[in-house]
Amino acid sequence: MTPLLQAEAITKRFGATLALDALDLAIGEGEFFALLGGSGSGKSTLLRIIAGFEAPDAGRLLLDGRDIGATPPWARPVNMMFQSYALFPHMSVADNVAYGLRRAGVKRAEAEARIAAALEMVGLGGFGRRRPHELSGGQKQRVALARSLVMRPRLLLLDEPLGALDANLRERTGFELRALQRETGAAFVMVTHDQEEALALADRVALLDGGRVAQVGPPRAIYERPASRFAARFLGAANVLEGRATAAGFESEEAGATFAGDLPPGTVAVALRPERIRIAAAAEGPNTARGVVEDVAFRGDDSLLLVRLSGGAMLRVAHAEEDGAPPGRGAAVSLAWDAASVVALAS
Amino acid sequence: MRRALLLAPAWGWLLLFVAAPAGILVAIALAEPDAGLPPFRLAWSAQGFGTLAADAFYLEAVLSALRVAALTAMLCLLLAYPMAMAIARAAPRRRLVLLALVMLPFWTGFLLRVGAWIGLLRDEGWINGVLRRLGLTEAPLPLLYTEGAMLLGMVHAYLPFAVLPLFAGLLRLDPALVEAAEDLGARPFTAFRTVTLPATLPAAVAAFLLVFIPAAGEFVIPELMGPPEAQLVGRVLWQEFFQSRDWPVAAALAVALLVLLILPIRLFQRMEARR
Repeated sequence: MTPLLQAEAITKRFGATLALDALDLAIGEGEFFALLGGSGSGKSTLLRIIAGFEAPDAGRLLLDGRDIGATPPWARPVNMMFQSYALFPHMSVADNVAYGLRRAGVKRAEAEARIAAALEMVGLGGFGRRRPHELSGGQKQRVALARSLVMRPRLLLLDEPLGALDANLRERTGFELRALQRETGAAFVMVTHDQEEALALADRVALLDGGRVAQVGPPRAIYERPASRFAARFLGAANVLEGRATAAGFESEEAGATFAGDLPPGTVAVALRPERIRIAAAAEGPNTARGVVEDVAFRGDDSLLLVRLSGGAMLRVAHAEEDGAPPGRGAAVSLAWDAASVVALAS
Repeated sequence: MRRALLLAPAWGWLLLFVAAPAGILVAIALAEPDAGLPPFRLAWSAQGFGTLAADAFYLEAVLSALRVAALTAMLCLLLAYPMAMAIARAAPRRRLVLLALVMLPFWTGFLLRVGAWIGLLRDEGWINGVLRRLGLTEAPLPLLYTEGAMLLGMVHAYLPFAVLPLFAGLLRLDPALVEAAEDLGARPFTAFRTVTLPATLPAAVAAFLLVFIPAAGEFVIPELMGPPEAQLVGRVLWQEFFQSRDWPVAAALAVALLVLLILPIRLFQRMEARR
């Protein structure tokens, strides 16, 4: 099956900076896809190339197997929701939503029905005559969504869709976005720097680093099985411990521990999530370590401990509330973890 | 109290250089002409305004000045929009250079620039000289002392006044708005017509007025570059003051023009207040 959108070796330079470095990506029909990365990872550039606002220096962009590299933005069956929402300030909400339909020459009666339906869909029925400056941030975001969705795009691009919203509005809006995506059946491609947002919303996540895809997969898979040190650190801030593979397993001098488990020969480092480490009665054998608590931070459902290991490395340990009071600062602790929790990193 | 002190210099300035001259102007407009020096006698006479009303010549002078000013302002807007857009979109460092280039003509004296145009356009000027040497023309083309030459001079002189407010307006415009329009299917010109232009309308009106108002009273360029039959109000004013020496009529004409030009400013303010 041909993917809906396929990027082949897309390269883009801005002056001396390489924004995208021969990037490959395929996005399927009706998929909720997240482009996740820090600033300078190239995620926004990729989104702008898909929308048609930037032209790649090299590589091909295929929509339904057809090269759209030379198609200008106004002729692409792709719509975008901007981070600033970019609502037209001199038009009413209804005129904003009508803008694309007018350009497409949709008949008045049909346009009005579609505008009403789109506003209804985002929960803004009856808001048509308001002006953008009379709306709250969350309402503006919905108008921007309605303005894009009324075009019935097969591919909707969202640039940091929750970025400008208050924290308490984000969660709700995130669920609404997913519901809209299921309802419309369009593929959503979202750019975000927030890994929680990407993991919570997307069917698949592409982690971008330095203009390349560091890893791509379903949220659970890339969270559980990061492939590189970068992926492990970016997603959920795992502990990354350096060492070398030996016959006994993976020996890390900086941790003062041996990691046993299913570790392939090419392993250069291991990742261990803070919530997978528990405080044990004693540290004996592989998959255990000893250290001293340097600091404790209460986080509500758990506490984060910073533990200086005997080998010198700092380990982040999440201590669940139901396991009782966490050890205090300066306490010597023994730590243990399951072999299954050790993730081998190849780069 | 402190507010009053802070505002005092501004009010003083307005009183001394705006209100007082305007008062003197109105007083002269209501005076009677006199052979002496100064060439008027203070009175409460409507004679000056009466002359204006009686002779259609004055009305025509005002109307043709307004027409030329409107034409100049429109041409300036047409040229200034692409210039201002290019400057607003340039990288910040290049922006300064481009703005300096827009302002560059101001570093030369106004009369010198008009003189340069005359040197280019007159019958023995550069352009006609080049055309003749290339064998393209035999007799010199009549370039100077035409309406075209006058408009050229006016547009050249007033263009920066249109570029600067438009640049400021376009700089505040979120570039994502134009991208959003194109994303929704608008070609670049449609995006300009439906988004950029309406969103920067106040700046466009300001640019229009900043050109239109001084251009309406312009005297030097029509006199030096325009056709002799172009009796614009600025020229007529000059003639009444310095040739006919009928100060009350000249002052009445100036007052009438002032009132006429305040109207569009008031309209603009009303429009701004409504937004």
